[in-house]
Amino acid sequence: MTTIDAPQIVSELRATLRTARTRPAQWRLDQIRAVLKLVNENEDDIYAALHSDLHKSNYESFLTEVNVLVSACKSTMKNLHKWMAPEKKPIPLAVWPANASVISEPLGVALVISPWNFPLLLALDPVVGAIAAGCTVCLKTSEIAPATSALLARLLPEYVDTEAIKVVEGSIPEVTALLEQKWDKIFYTGNAKVGRIIMGAAAKHLTPVTLELGGKCPLFIDDSVDLKVASKRIMVGKYGSNAGQACISPDYVLVEEHFAPTLIKQLQKTLLEFYGPDPSASVDLARIINKNHFQRLSSMLDDPSIADKIVHGGERDEKSLYIAPTLIDNPPLDSPVMVEEIFGPMLPIITVRNVDHALNIINDKPKPLEVYVFSNNKDLFNRFRDETSSGGIVMNDCVLQFIIPELPFGGVGESGTGAYHGKATFDAFSHRKAVLVKNMGGDVFARYPPFTVRKQSLIKALLTGTIIDIILAALGWRK
Amino acid sequence: MTIIKPHSVLDAAKVASCLRETFRTGRTRPSNWRLEQLHAIVKLIEENEDEICRALFADLHKPRHEALTMESLVVTASAKHAIKNLNKWRAPVKKETPYIVWPASAFILPEPLGVAFVIAPWNFPFLLAVDPVIGAIAAGCTVCLKTSEVTPATSELLSTLVPKYLDNDAIKVVEGGVPEVTALLEQKWDKIFYTGNPKVGRIVMGAAAKHLTPVTLELGGKCPVFIDDTVDLQLASRRIMAGKYGSNSGQACISPDYILVEEHLAPKLIKQFRSTLVEFFGEDPRTSKDLSRIVNKNHFQRLSRLLDDPATADRIVHGGERDEDSLYIAPTLIEDPALDSPIMADEIFGPLLPIITVRNVNAAIDLINDKPKALVVHLFSTNKDYVKMFTEETSSGGLVMNDCIMQFIVPELPFGGVGESGTGAYHGKASFDTFSHFKSIFNKSQSGRFAKLRPYGVCVL
Repeated sequence: MTTIDAPQIVSELRATLRTARTRPAQWRLDQIRAVLKLVNENEDDIYAALHSDLHKSNYESFLTEVNVLVSACKSTMKNLHKWMAPEKKPIPLAVWPANASVISEPLGVALVISPWNFPLLLALDPVVGAIAAGCTVCLKTSEIAPATSALLARLLPEYVDTEAIKVVEGSIPEVTALLEQKWDKIFYTGNAKVGRIIMGAAAKHLTPVTLELGGKCPLFIDDSVDLKVASKRIMVGKYGSNAGQACISPDYVLVEEHFAPTLIKQLQKTLLEFYGPDPSASVDLARIINKNHFQRLSSMLDDPSIADKIVHGGERDEKSLYIAPTLIDNPPLDSPVMVEEIFGPMLPIITVRNVDHALNIINDKPKPLEVYVFSNNKDLFNRFRDETSSGGIVMNDCVLQFIIPELPFGGVGESGTGAYHGKATFDAFSHRKAVLVKNMGGDVFARYPPFTVRKQSLIKALLTGTIIDIILAALGWRK
Repeated sequence: MTIIKPHSVLDAAKVASCLRETFRTGRTRPSNWRLEQLHAIVKLIEENEDEICRALFADLHKPRHEALTMESLVVTASAKHAIKNLNKWRAPVKKETPYIVWPASAFILPEPLGVAFVIAPWNFPFLLAVDPVIGAIAAGCTVCLKTSEVTPATSELLSTLVPKYLDNDAIKVVEGGVPEVTALLEQKWDKIFYTGNPKVGRIVMGAAAKHLTPVTLELGGKCPVFIDDTVDLQLASRRIMAGKYGSNSGQACISPDYILVEEHLAPKLIKQFRSTLVEFFGEDPRTSKDLSRIVNKNHFQRLSRLLDDPATADRIVHGGERDEDSLYIAPTLIEDPALDSPIMADEIFGPLLPIITVRNVNAAIDLINDKPKALVVHLFSTNKDYVKMFTEETSSGGLVMNDCIMQFIVPELPFGGVGESGTGAYHGKASFDTFSHFKSIFNKSQSGRFAKLRPYGVCVL
């Protein structure tokens, strides 16, 4: 039984859209400025909420959530007019004289469903895009991050236009009720199983969707790299964002047999350097989000097939939802930890015979969100680029690609459809309307019936011929 | 008469897996392969122009002129456009990187989505089958094309010709009806491109959802035309009448569906329409060589029912003649049928044109906005304020000022709907894009030690 009146929410948002209040750039800029103000004036409460939900340190919250959001807001405000401007398009001779352009208009009433792992960023970043596009929007926060959810539900109405931007807290009954309504756009971040449900619900209303899903992001590393630097980047990419609970976390490592022991040794060294001998005492490590996920990860660790393969970490404490940064040396490819997306602080290291072997392993799995390649060999990188498919591909780093404003961020296949960040967010909530403006001049008599042979040859020439063909046809000299 | 051919049982799984195998070989990736296939399409059309026109005439009584200018020549132009621009479309696009990640470089690179499934409709059974396939090929996909069983001659022609000219392991034609589409929709595709109606569009998207397959749905709707007295009425009438009756007798997704005109102009407009219709098709349009027929009995009866409906029957001011044997319906004008009559409810898709009188332009816009979003909104006016109003106050796939249909042949204007009229777009680069995944590429060099340092509590330079 849901606590919300979903039809009422949608109809209010639709009524606001109809007033056209959200169309002028000024309104959009005001709202985005208000979001910035919200963040500025409530930073402490935001950090407290993120710490309460995920044990995120203030610095991690700043680096991976607050600062990314602030940058997105600023860059959106800076570029909004440019994005809203019509794009001129060339016209063929057959249509001359005319003006052709593409303009962006809001898709309309949007539904944003946000996940628990970056519960501030992945809620407000899409919402800012919806606002920029001129949509009205309903944000459904994640009940799995209740402190952040409550914070957003309390603060947003204090800052933004409440008839155009609404926050709904709740869980499955609330999402189900919302999904029955007709939306003009649905933006979902989460997992592939629910992604299917969302798209199926959207299909009933022909609602376009952006699905930011996940997958097992592989990381291939060879011995051409500066191992110390690479190890730092991989370890911070994995454990420094939410203890591996991020869609772009490196999920598993692929390394050639001869190099594996050296790599593992370095990774262990880096972990010690980062978190000390007892990582549970480090202030820089997030915790597992809840018991549910803790138990899911525990059962992966308890699987008999990997029992003797844990070479670092493995310590856990259910009460504090703590799992140590863990390295697993060569678990079987059909073990749970190599089948499902891990979404936690465990890192399998799979030894391969060679690059072809690595490529086969990657291609035997569904398309991931990211492929990571650590190598100084450009040709090797190009092989991964050309022979694998993923949302994105990164050379010699992890996670950093997320903060490039103009690199569209999104998956393909099982890892999702659509993209956002920068202009791509604006586009995700826009309809690109084709506009053709003709005047009454330049009429071509050949367009109208009855169609004589001469008219036909002229039209034929206009459509596929050169200027000469057209002139000859017009003179009646070409069939 | 529709001929039902006995179909052999389709092994949909085999079709999909064969196409996936071919894709995995990487054969469709190099530009050379794609250009060869595109050139082959141009050749297919050049060498079979008469056969194509014959098939379209058999299926739709499409006049040769229409068959050329609205189907085969458009496909040829589309293929040539793709050939000319392919390498430009494939090129990586550089993206700026913020200083904090320096030194680094960022690009976007298109790659094929993979194995595509194109479902073609019956009204432009050659164009709307081959044009999306051009996009799939340009993008480097393998593709299964399901032709329309409602137009059997064109369907058979495509299934005969495509294997003769194109790479058989990469581009497959499947003929068939609902059972075949259903079987194919159960397979996992990497992209589905459907042209048709919203009811089936929902089914296609629902099936796609099970595999998280992205879709482009080119659907329909009631495309309104608003006209005021600031235009040259004779010229406007020619464009509207040609747009409506000159493309497949109104059986086109971008046909003007209904006219909106202010009360004072309506009589003059109707008079002009009638005059233009006689100019185009003569006193007895049945004898004109330039008019298509209704595609089959099913649709003929559907349109007949619209004409016989009491709300419409006594409002016919021109045309209305029909002959079921030859599937002929005369170009028909209907003056002010009730807004809740069947003819004003669903997309007409036939040679019937309601003319609705309104008080003023605002009433026209309200009427348009009370209906689902259309594929195209047309405005015939030279009043710049109206242009702004229609642009900002209505939403549709596209907006055309002072003409009909022409937007279809502007290669770089993305063609597609919004809301009930569809999702996604194609034509020109948009065809390439719709079958592509744009992969983000981020390259960081080994230097740049300042980028990220752990633990967060300590900053070491």
